[in-house]
Amino acid sequence: MAEATDPPRETFRLSQLLYDARYRSMTIQVVAAILIMLLLVELVDNTVTNLAALGKDIRFGFLWSTAGYDINQQLIPFSSQDTHARAAVVGILNTLLVAFLGCILATVIGVLAGVLRLSKNWIVARIMTFYVEAMRNTPLLIWILIVFAVMTEATPQPREFREGGGASMILWDSVAISNRGVYIPRPIWESGSGIVVAVFVLSIIGIFVLRSIARKRQQATGQQLPVLRLSLLIFFVPTLLAYFVMGRPVTLELPELGGFNFSGGLQIRNSFIALWLALSLYTSAFIAEIVRSGILAISKGQTEAAFALGIQPNRTMQLIILPQALRVIIPPLISQYLNLTKNSSLAIAVGYMDVRSTLGGITINQTGRELEGMLLLGIFYLITSLIISALMNLYNSSVKLKER
Amino acid sequence: MSQDRSKSVAFVRRDMIEAAAPPLGQTGALKWARENLFSGWFNTILTLLSLYVIWYVLSGVLPWTLGGIWDAGSLGECREIRDARGLETAACWAVINERWLQILFGFYPTDDVLLATLFHGDALAAAGGADQVFGGGMNATQRIEFVSAMKNELSNGLIFIFGYWRPLVALLLLVVAVAPILYSSLPRSLLVFSLAYPFVAFFLLWGGSVWLPVLVALGLLATILIGRAVGARFGMLGGSLAGILAFLMIFMNPLSFIGAAGLFPLLPHVMGALDGIMPWGLTAVSSDQFGGFMLAIIIGTSGIVLSLPLGIMLALGRQSSMPLIKWVCVSFIEVIRGVPLIVWLFTASLLLNYFLPPGTTFDLLLRVIIMVTLFASAYLAEVVRGGLAALPSGQYEAADSLGLDYWKSMRLIVLPQALKISIPGIVNTFIGLFKDTTLVVFIGLRDPLGLTNAIRATAEWNGIYWELYVFVGLLFFVFCFFMSRYSMYLEQRLRTDHR
Repeated sequence: MAEATDPPRETFRLSQLLYDARYRSMTIQVVAAILIMLLLVELVDNTVTNLAALGKDIRFGFLWSTAGYDINQQLIPFSSQDTHARAAVVGILNTLLVAFLGCILATVIGVLAGVLRLSKNWIVARIMTFYVEAMRNTPLLIWILIVFAVMTEATPQPREFREGGGASMILWDSVAISNRGVYIPRPIWESGSGIVVAVFVLSIIGIFVLRSIARKRQQATGQQLPVLRLSLLIFFVPTLLAYFVMGRPVTLELPELGGFNFSGGLQIRNSFIALWLALSLYTSAFIAEIVRSGILAISKGQTEAAFALGIQPNRTMQLIILPQALRVIIPPLISQYLNLTKNSSLAIAVGYMDVRSTLGGITINQTGRELEGMLLLGIFYLITSLIISALMNLYNSSVKLKER
Repeated sequence: MSQDRSKSVAFVRRDMIEAAAPPLGQTGALKWARENLFSGWFNTILTLLSLYVIWYVLSGVLPWTLGGIWDAGSLGECREIRDARGLETAACWAVINERWLQILFGFYPTDDVLLATLFHGDALAAAGGADQVFGGGMNATQRIEFVSAMKNELSNGLIFIFGYWRPLVALLLLVVAVAPILYSSLPRSLLVFSLAYPFVAFFLLWGGSVWLPVLVALGLLATILIGRAVGARFGMLGGSLAGILAFLMIFMNPLSFIGAAGLFPLLPHVMGALDGIMPWGLTAVSSDQFGGFMLAIIIGTSGIVLSLPLGIMLALGRQSSMPLIKWVCVSFIEVIRGVPLIVWLFTASLLLNYFLPPGTTFDLLLRVIIMVTLFASAYLAEVVRGGLAALPSGQYEAADSLGLDYWKSMRLIVLPQALKISIPGIVNTFIGLFKDTTLVVFIGLRDPLGLTNAIRATAEWNGIYWELYVFVGLLFFVFCFFMSRYSMYLEQRLRTDHR
C-alpha cells in the first residue's frame, strides 16, 4: 500500500550559490561583474585625479587648432596652417598607402616564394627555404633599418648624376635612384585624359563581365571561351585607342637634374621605400608559408581524381586545386594583411609620416594631449582591423563547406 | 637423351649472371641531378638561374665577409687597411670586435671589484686595496680612471666572463631551468629548480639584498600551503579565502582602509630583521642600466612564461558559457590584437601613470614586460582557441560523462589535446614576441638596435651599418631558429595518432 508523497520541497540554501551548478555560474558572473566594475571605477577615478593634479581635462578641441608642422609626404594638400585633424587624415592616408602597396607586393613575392619552395627543383626549393627562414627569424625592425641604410648610404648623391659623376639613371633615363629618394616620371593629366581613364575603368569592368559570361556559358554548354586572350585584348586595345584618338592627353614629366637636386618627376622618399620594401619582404615570407601549407593541404587524390576525369593539368589547378586551397589560404592571408597594416606603425624607425607620427607623435607633443591622441590612434587601428576581420568572416562564411 | 644434349651443346650456364651495375646516368649523383635539377627545359633554366643568383650573391658576400678587418679603431682606419691590402670590399668587423660587449649587455655595470682583484692585483695593491679604491677612499673621478685603465688592459673575453658573470650565470641557469620543461627525458626533480629560477634570476640580475627574493618565494609558498591546509579542513571556499588573507598579510596591508600600517605587510619587517643579522647581497643594479641583447632575452623570456597561462585562461574564457566572462575576454582579445604593439608600448610609457593611483612610480622595464605579456597573451588566446575548436565535441562530452568537473576535464582531457594541436601557432607567437622585443627601443630602452644606432652615431663608426645589423640579426636568428626547430621536434614527439 504505497502512499503517494509529494516530492521534497525545493528549499533554497545559501550554499547552493556555490555548490549547485544551476546557480554557480550566476554567482561567478556577479562576483566578476563587481570586480570589473571596481577596477573600472578605480581606473577612471585615478585618471581623473591624476589629470586634475596636472591641471588637464579630456577634450578633443585640439583637433581643430592649427597644426603648425609640415608633413613631407601628403596625398591630400596640407600646410602647416591646417588643423591637427587634417594632419591626422594625412597620416591615415599615408598609413593606408604603405599598407595597401605593401599587401600587393607581399602577396606577389609571397605566392612566388611559396610556389617555388614546393618546386621539384632542389636548388630553387633550398633558396626559397633559406629566404623564408631568414626573413621569419629576424625582427622586422632590422630589415626596415637595413633597407633604409642601404637606400641612404649606398646610393649616389644627386650631384653624382651629372656628366662624369659615376651614376646614371635607369630605364631609359626615366628613374633616378639617389640618396634623397627615388625619382620617377610623373604623369601629367591634360584635358581629355578623363575619357582615357574612363575607358580603362570600363574595360576592366568588361573583363569581369566576360569572365562571368564565359563561366555561365561553360556551365550551360560545356564550351570554353579563350578567356585569357580576350581579357588581354580588352585590357589593352580600347584604352590605347582612346589614348591616341584623344591626342595623347597623358604625358610623362621626367625627373631632371637641376642645381643640387632633381626637379620634376615624382619623388618617392627613402623612408617610404624602406618601409614598403621591408614590410613586403618580411610579410612575404609568412605568406609563402601560408601558400605552401595551403597547397599541401589539398590531398593528392584530388589531382588524381581530376586526371581520371580527363581534366587537363592547368584546368585541374584552376578548377579543382585552387578553389580548395584558397579556402585554407585566405583567412591566414588576411590576418597577415592585418599584421602588415599594424606593423606599418614601425614607420617611426625611418621617419615616415604615418598616422602614428602625425596624430600619435607630433600632435601629442605639441598639444600635450597624450590621452586623447593615443585614444584616437588606438580607435583608428581598432576600426581598421575590425573592418578587415569582418570582411574575412564574410568571406569565410561564403566559402565554408556546406555541410548538411 | 639428356646425355646427348649435354654433348651436343658446347656450353650450358649453371649459375645466373651477376646483375650488372645500372648505367652511369641512372645512379648516384648523376641520376639525382637529372631528376632534381635538369628534369626538363624549364627546370634547367630555373637551375641555371638559381646557380647564377647564388654565385652573384656569394661572390659579393664571401670576399666581404672573409676578407673582413677585425683590428681597427674606427671606420676610417678600416678603410685605410682595406686599401692597403688592395681589397675592393671588406667588412669592418672591428666594430663588432670592439663593441660586442655593449651590444650584448648595454650599459649593465661590470663587476669591477672582481676584475681588479683577479687581473689587476698589482695596481690595486698600489692604489691601496679594493676597500680603498671601491669603498670610498677614492673619489668618483679617480675610480672611473682606475677602472677604465684596467679595462683597457683586459681583453673583451675576460671582461665578458668575469665582469659580466651575473648575467652569464643567470643565462646558464636559465638553460638549466628550461631544459626539464623542454625535454621530458630529464629527471622531473629538476622542475623544482625551474620554479625557483625566477627568484634566482631576479637576485642575480637586479642584485640588492638576497632576502627580498628569498622571502617573496617563501611568502608565496606559505600562501599556497596555508590555503591548502585550510582548504583540506574547510573546503575550497575557506581555503581560497585563507590563501588570499595570508597573501594580503604578507605582501600588502589588508587594513589599509583604516590606515593601520603598523604590523602589515609582514614582509618588510622580516626582511629588515634578516638584513640586520645577515646583510648578504650583490650590488644593486637599477632597471635603466639594463640593455642590449640581455634585455631582449629578459623581456622575451618573462613575456613567454607569463603569457602562456594568461593566454590559455583567455581562450577558455572566450569559450565559456557565461556571457559576462565571454564578452570580457572577447573584447580584451580584440582590443589588444587590433592595435599595434608600438601603440601599446607608448601607452605604457606615456599613459600608464594616469591609470595608477597618484604617486605610484612604476619601473619602465616592468611596464614593458606587462604590456608585452598582455599583447602576446591575446594572440596566444586566439591560437589556443583554434586548438580548442578543433577538438571533436565528443571529447568534451566524454569528460563530462566521466563526472569530471570543469577544471579537471580541461586539465586532463581537453587542454593536453588542444595545446598539442596548437603547438606550431604557440611557438610562432613566442617567436613573434621575441622579435617584437626590439620595439622597446622606441620608448627609450636600450635594446640591441638602439645600441647599434648609438654606435653608428659615434665619430669612429659613423657610416657603418651592415656589420652591426648582420651581428644583431644573427643573434636573433639563432634564438628564433632554435625555437622553430624545437616546435617541430615537439610536434613529432607528441604525434601519438596512427598514420
